[in-house]
Amino acid sequence: MLSALGEALSLLTQFDAEFMRIVWLSFKVSGAAVVLGTLIGLPFGAWLAVADFRGRGAVTVLLNGLMGLPSVVVGVLVYLALSRSGPLGTWGMLFTPTAMVIAQTILVIPLMAALTRQIIEDAWREYANELRSLHFSLWHSVTTLLYDCRFSLLVSVLAGLGRAMSEVGAVMIVGGNIYGYTRVMTTAIALETAKGDLPLSVALGSVLLSVVLLLNAMAYLLRRWAMRRYG
Amino acid sequence: MADATMFPIVLDDLRYTPGGRSVLAGVNLQFGDDGISVILGPNGAGKSVLLRSIAGLLKPSHGRIVWGSNGYPGTQIAMVFQQPMLLRGSVAFNAGLGLKPLGLSRERMQARIAEVLERVGLAHRMHDSARHLSGGERQRLALARAWAVKPRLLLLDEPTAALDPSATEEVERIVREIRTEGARILMTTHNLGQAMRISDDIVFIDAGLIREHTPTTRFFTRPQSKEARLFIQGELPWRITFDD
Repeated sequence: MLSALGEALSLLTQFDAEFMRIVWLSFKVSGAAVVLGTLIGLPFGAWLAVADFRGRGAVTVLLNGLMGLPSVVVGVLVYLALSRSGPLGTWGMLFTPTAMVIAQTILVIPLMAALTRQIIEDAWREYANELRSLHFSLWHSVTTLLYDCRFSLLVSVLAGLGRAMSEVGAVMIVGGNIYGYTRVMTTAIALETAKGDLPLSVALGSVLLSVVLLLNAMAYLLRRWAMRRYG
Repeated sequence: MADATMFPIVLDDLRYTPGGRSVLAGVNLQFGDDGISVILGPNGAGKSVLLRSIAGLLKPSHGRIVWGSNGYPGTQIAMVFQQPMLLRGSVAFNAGLGLKPLGLSRERMQARIAEVLERVGLAHRMHDSARHLSGGERQRLALARAWAVKPRLLLLDEPTAALDPSATEEVERIVREIRTEGARILMTTHNLGQAMRISDDIVFIDAGLIREHTPTTRFFTRPQSKEARLFIQGELPWRITFDD
C-alpha cells in the first residue's frame, strides 16, 4: 500500500506523459459536456420554472427523475445511436472523444436543468409580479432571472461537472477506453485497478479528488465575494 | 398630455373571488387623465388587489376594465411595489430594467438612466450595488425605474409603508414631480396624512367595496359613508371629529 502511494506520488510529480494525457482528456471531455450542459440545461430549467403550460408538473417530475439516470443506460443508448447500424452510424463517432462528450452531455443536462429550475422557480415566485409589470417577455424574464441567480447557479454547474468527471459507465461503453485516445481518469482507474496497477489508479484518483475540491473551494469563495459585492 | 386615448379608465363591476372568498365585490370606478388618486382603506380591504387588477397582474373573476378608446396600453403603465425587486447589479442597471423592452439605443438608455437617477438623488450611487441601498433609497430607485419609461399611468402600491418620515417626504416629492410630467397616478396607502398631502381625490375601499370616490378635501371634511368616518376617526382621533 505504501509503495503504491510512493509510486503514485512520483507519477504526479514527474508529470508522466501517459498520466498527463489521461488527465487532460478527462478535462476536455467533461469540460465540453458541462459547457454544452450549461448552454442547454440552464435555459431549459429556467424556462420550465417560468413557463405556464399544461403538463408542466409532469415535465418537472420527469426531469427530476432523470437526475438519477443510470450512466450505463445512457452509454448503451448512445452506443446504439452511433454504432454502424444505428441512425447516426454514418457519422463514425463511436469510440471517439466526441461520443464521450455526447454521452456525458446527456447525463448532465437533466441534473443541471432540474437544479436550475428549483433555483429560478424560487426567484420567480419573488419577482414575477414586478417582471410582469415591467412588460418583460417570457424569454426576457428567463434571461433576467438567470443573470440575477448567476452565483447560485454555480451549484448547478458544479453538480454537472462532478457528475461528468466521476462518470465511468457511459464513457467506457461509447469511448471504448482506448489507450492514448479515449482513456480518461475514471476508465483508467477502473482498468488499472482490475489489472492490479494501483499506483496509477491512486495518482489519478488523487487528481480527480483534488480537482473536485479545488473547484468547490473556488465556487465557495466566488459566492462569498458575490454576496459581499452585490448583496 | 402625451396620450389621452387610454383614458378614461373604467372599472366595470370588477370582482375577484379566489377560492370563493370575495376580495373585490363588484367595483365600479372611473379615472380621468390627470391627477393623483389615492386608494385608501384598512388592511385587507382590497387596495392592492384592485391596483394589481388595473396593472393586469391579476385576472378578475368577473367584470372588465375599459381603457379609453385604445384598449390596454401595455408599456405606458408602470408600477412600484411596497418591497421593490432589486436585481444583483448596479443602481444604474436596475434603473434601466424597464427600458429594455422598449428597444432604445444604448446611448438613449444611458442618458435616460442618468437623468432619472439625478432627479431622484441617486446619481452619485449609480455604480454601487442596488442591494446595498437603504430602504428609502431602494424605493427612490424603484420610482426612478418606473419614471424612466415615461409612463402615462403610474401605479404605486403602498410605496412608503416601510419608510421613515424623511424618506416618505422624499418619495412624495418625487411622486409629485412625476405627476407634473404628465403621469396619471393611482396610489394605495393606509396613511391618512399622506393621502391628505398628496392626493386630488380619494377612493375609499372597505371589504372589497368602494364606499366613496370623492375629492380629498371633501373626503376629510364631509365623508359620506359610515365606514369612511369610522376609518378617519380611528386613524386620526386627535385631529378630526364629526358632528353627526
